[in-house]
Amino acid sequence: MSTQVALGSPVLAAAKLSIGYGRRSVVADIGFELAAGSTLALVGVNGSGKSTLLKTIAGLLPELSGSIRVFGKEPGSFPARVAYLNQINSNQMILPLRAIDIVRMARFSSIGLFGRATDDDKRIVRESMERMEVIGLASEPLSALSGGQRQRVFIAQALAHDARLLLLDEPETNLDAEGKEKYRAAVRAFTEQGGVVVIATHDIKEASRCGWAMLLAKKVVAFGPGCSVLTPEALLSTFGITARMEEGKVVVVEREHGHECGE
Amino acid sequence: MNALVVPFVDNGFMLNALVGGLIVAIACGIVGTLVVLRGLAFIGDALAHGVLPGIAVALLLGYPGILGAAVGSAVMIGGIGYITRRSSLSNDTAIGLFFVGMLALGVIIVSRSTSFSGDLVRVLFGELLGISRRDILVQLIATIIIAATAVVCYRPFLLLCFSSEQADISGFSSRLFHGIMLAMIALTVIVSFQTVGTMLVFGMLLAPAATSALFARRVSTMMATASAIGAVSVYAGLLISYHFDLAAGAAITLVATIVFFASFVAVRLARRLSENRQAAALGGSPAESA
Repeated sequence: MSTQVALGSPVLAAAKLSIGYGRRSVVADIGFELAAGSTLALVGVNGSGKSTLLKTIAGLLPELSGSIRVFGKEPGSFPARVAYLNQINSNQMILPLRAIDIVRMARFSSIGLFGRATDDDKRIVRESMERMEVIGLASEPLSALSGGQRQRVFIAQALAHDARLLLLDEPETNLDAEGKEKYRAAVRAFTEQGGVVVIATHDIKEASRCGWAMLLAKKVVAFGPGCSVLTPEALLSTFGITARMEEGKVVVVEREHGHECGE
Repeated sequence: MNALVVPFVDNGFMLNALVGGLIVAIACGIVGTLVVLRGLAFIGDALAHGVLPGIAVALLLGYPGILGAAVGSAVMIGGIGYITRRSSLSNDTAIGLFFVGMLALGVIIVSRSTSFSGDLVRVLFGELLGISRRDILVQLIATIIIAATAVVCYRPFLLLCFSSEQADISGFSSRLFHGIMLAMIALTVIVSFQTVGTMLVFGMLLAPAATSALFARRVSTMMATASAIGAVSVYAGLLISYHFDLAAGAAITLVATIVFFASFVAVRLARRLSENRQAAALGGSPAESA
């Protein structure tokens, strides 16, 4: 756990945190700290609590008990520092908006109600779209884009917040191989500059690329460095699947015992 | 040419109706765009009809109808929000309950009082041809408030139409701005009931905005186009009503609705033509390409 205690205070810190909707608790007793530059994968099946945790970190849901601190304060205290990619909602398709309008919305948290977009804002929007290779689609209406193109635009929007904390709910949905490549490169560049990424996913391969992993199944099954958490035993209790490690990668197999984590 | 202008020059009531109607068209174009994009058609409809008991009680007690409409819509918005938050019922169910409840109450109040029969028709279908200068002034002020609010809240509204979570994450409370949006719908309904009436104000909210949604590529142009379509509908509806002796409010709403269906068919046809042309270009016969 020594790698958590980097310079300065943690970007994210939760202690005895209980999350859920209304009075219904989904997961209790969550505790973790993440320093600048870390990536955390929240892994679990549908309804395991990973989106709930993501929304609690984002400040969209109040915590039921315990504490959660984002940049040392209540979630939602720093809108300009946090970006959140939610799952696509079908109502968005009727909006008369072009791809670039969607990405520009990310700057609203910084420029407020009346501020004018500065050259910096425009540069951030352009760079985010270039990163996801959707700059050529800038003037296309959202309704004319394919599912994969839309997801790239939405990821570009999350990047364009120019945040320090990225919360991503199933970011690889609908992406083709090239899109996944672009997205992973963007996340790498983001963390290399000290950004923190939390990803909710049910894809073990995606999770195994993260420095930290938390397995959720209505409780915290395991939390720790990715390779020590994504163990066959933990995966069995999270997903009911068996897996083994192969050359440092997690491989899902059936009815077979895996090896230890490592090279 | 005379038939298009003279009715408004010769008759003061026609000119008042035109000015009042155009102001309503602008308010409805702006608010209607938000209604269409945020999917608030049902609550808009419910508000337009649910204000009836408020208006009826106010008129019975000798207060201005507009005051009763304000109270009626406040009761509905508050009640719908309360039921949605405090039960597991959907927003739609709560809206429907208030909609039918308020409408039934309105009909009972109106039918129990003997002095009301003429007024009911006036409330439901408006009295555009009897609109006064004072009514126009009230409407103008309300429309200025609505337009100013739309300008100030443009960014949060855009985020809210995209995703309420994205509004919250960007620091704009979705609850606050959703409430402001509902208040704008209520204000539009309240001030418009005197012109096009409660039955028809909803048509003016929905039809021009839905028509412009077929073409618009920006939200701001959608608002402007919707207002322009509404304005044309007001003018055409008034002319038709004048020359053929038809109810003005109904004629305007009918024109706005017909414009929607005509545009819908035109857009479909245009799309099919361009698809055919593309198909022909791709698989064009040798004779054509030579």
